[in-house]
Amino acid sequence: MYFQIQDLNVYYRAIHALQGISLTVNKGEIVALIGGNGAGKSSTLNSISGVVDITSGSITYQDENITGRATDQIVRKGLVQVPEGRHIFPKMTVQENLEMGAFLKNDKAQIQRDMERVFDLFPRMKERRNQPGGTLSGGEQQMLAIGRGLMGDPDLMLLDEPSMGLSPILVEQIFDIIVDINSQGTSILLVEQNAQMALAVADRGYVLETGEIVLTGSGLDLLNDPKVRAAYLGGDSDASESGSGAYYF
Amino acid sequence: MTLNFFNPNKKKSSGVRRINWLRIIVGLGALAFLIYRAIILITRPTYGSVFWLSFLNTGLIVGGMYALIAIGYTLVYGVMSLINFAHGDIMMLGCFAGFFTFEAFDAWKIGDSNFMNMYPGLAIFLAFLAGTGVSMISGYYLEKIAYRPLRNSPVRLAPLISAVGASIFIETAAQLMFGATKKTYKNPPLLARGSGWNIEMGDGMIVITKTGVFSLILALILMIGLYIFVRKTKLGKSIRAVSQDKNTAQLMGINTDRVASQTFMISGVLAGAAGVMWGIHNGLFNHYVGFLPGIKAFTAAVLGGIGNIPGAMAGGMILGIVESVGPAFLGIDFQLKDVIAFSILIFVLILKPSGLFSKNASTQEKV
Repeated sequence: MYFQIQDLNVYYRAIHALQGISLTVNKGEIVALIGGNGAGKSSTLNSISGVVDITSGSITYQDENITGRATDQIVRKGLVQVPEGRHIFPKMTVQENLEMGAFLKNDKAQIQRDMERVFDLFPRMKERRNQPGGTLSGGEQQMLAIGRGLMGDPDLMLLDEPSMGLSPILVEQIFDIIVDINSQGTSILLVEQNAQMALAVADRGYVLETGEIVLTGSGLDLLNDPKVRAAYLGGDSDASESGSGAYYF
Repeated sequence: MTLNFFNPNKKKSSGVRRINWLRIIVGLGALAFLIYRAIILITRPTYGSVFWLSFLNTGLIVGGMYALIAIGYTLVYGVMSLINFAHGDIMMLGCFAGFFTFEAFDAWKIGDSNFMNMYPGLAIFLAFLAGTGVSMISGYYLEKIAYRPLRNSPVRLAPLISAVGASIFIETAAQLMFGATKKTYKNPPLLARGSGWNIEMGDGMIVITKTGVFSLILALILMIGLYIFVRKTKLGKSIRAVSQDKNTAQLMGINTDRVASQTFMISGVLAGAAGVMWGIHNGLFNHYVGFLPGIKAFTAAVLGGIGNIPGAMAGGMILGIVESVGPAFLGIDFQLKDVIAFSILIFVLILKPSGLFSKNASTQEKV
């Protein structure tokens, strides 16, 4: 198994944030993890990255148990997270931000190649390479965040809400790039509130609700599932009282 | 995080901008007093220009040392949101290390002479190496022993209290080991204390000491070096990254614990250099030597905006100059110069808590 989470439990003091989550990612896949606010999507990614303490359960990656490892070791293995809300280093230039993404790499020539690759994907970043990250627009910052993640040469990229706060055109662009990155051989675990876009590009998806996985299937199946449509896509079924507006915006 | 009063903008104003009368009154009062003194001094000058220039000279030298120590406060605050109140004592340890190095070289007889007289340049270099090395190692262990175990403490004041405890511990340990008596630095002949150049002016002369010139130049070199280090090297950039966004830096694979250690070591190097300079320039010292420079450098760091490296450098220089020019300008006793430094701390915290050089505390660059 390429990547697998088994029965993952995470507590924030008394709050049981993740209640026995299990999911898998196969090599080369895009897997979407969708759900509303507070469902535990980011907690899942942060457990993988070793940022939050795991109470029980296991995370295996390429047949190796990586549960509870330090974040830098996990990043070294090629599991790179692009955090929610972009989190660009505001006072560092675009180039310095990208260099930080390659913090664990020592091969200068390879860093240079990776940077050229990022500049190919995001020509805008090349224009602004000497501009502080904090002066970029939201869409540019998201591109920089993804580019910075790519600098870590990820094998499995963990994307946390890349569409957050972006205009529909930008969201389309970002998802095109995600598909592009995936086609170049990087597996992707994509966390999204924008279920429509996420499921459209995903090979498989999981629906997370208050810390539990309630539904799983291929991207298309989920996209057409009446319950998902009702809960996350502002769909046409009569189950709209489950608060579709609260979930999808 | 540790001390909230550095972040006045945390409480977001709810639309209406409230006028802080205390600030206005204190600010205007201080300004009025300064203008009053300036007028007095212009109309009835008590000191000639030569005095002002020699005050400036003293201020620049001591300011360079303050600046070096202040950088340590600012770096550590940027990375760990912690005021390392034991930082002055790290400087004291560097001062002792330099002292013992010179003592050893003085006692090392070579023929009729000794090592210190034969290789003064090398002796100075090795004394600085010893001072910075000892301070660097002390900084490393200080972080490991006094701060790291408390990093996730639910008691927010715990690291601060630990800092004060560490400071008292180091001072007392130095007193027990080295005795409480004042010691005198043995300078190599190259930098004999008091020797220098006398510049004749119309109404007197200014003494430019060799030790002073040496200290100031070395301090400036170290500051420029640090600035380039933080801007250009990978380690320096990782320090900046951690200070700007710790969690994200972690996601980049930056080991924040290691960065914290490295920050303490760099701060230690600068403080150690300042300690040896202090010894070479002032001569007399004991285990309390780090106390006043330590809290004054803290004032300098706050003055420049805590977390802001160029701010700390400028803050240190400004504080040194203001402190030496101040008593004459205000017409008070020269022994009250310490009062000036701490009055500045109070005024800065009331008038501009984010420091002189930051427009806004929430968007300022820490490090």
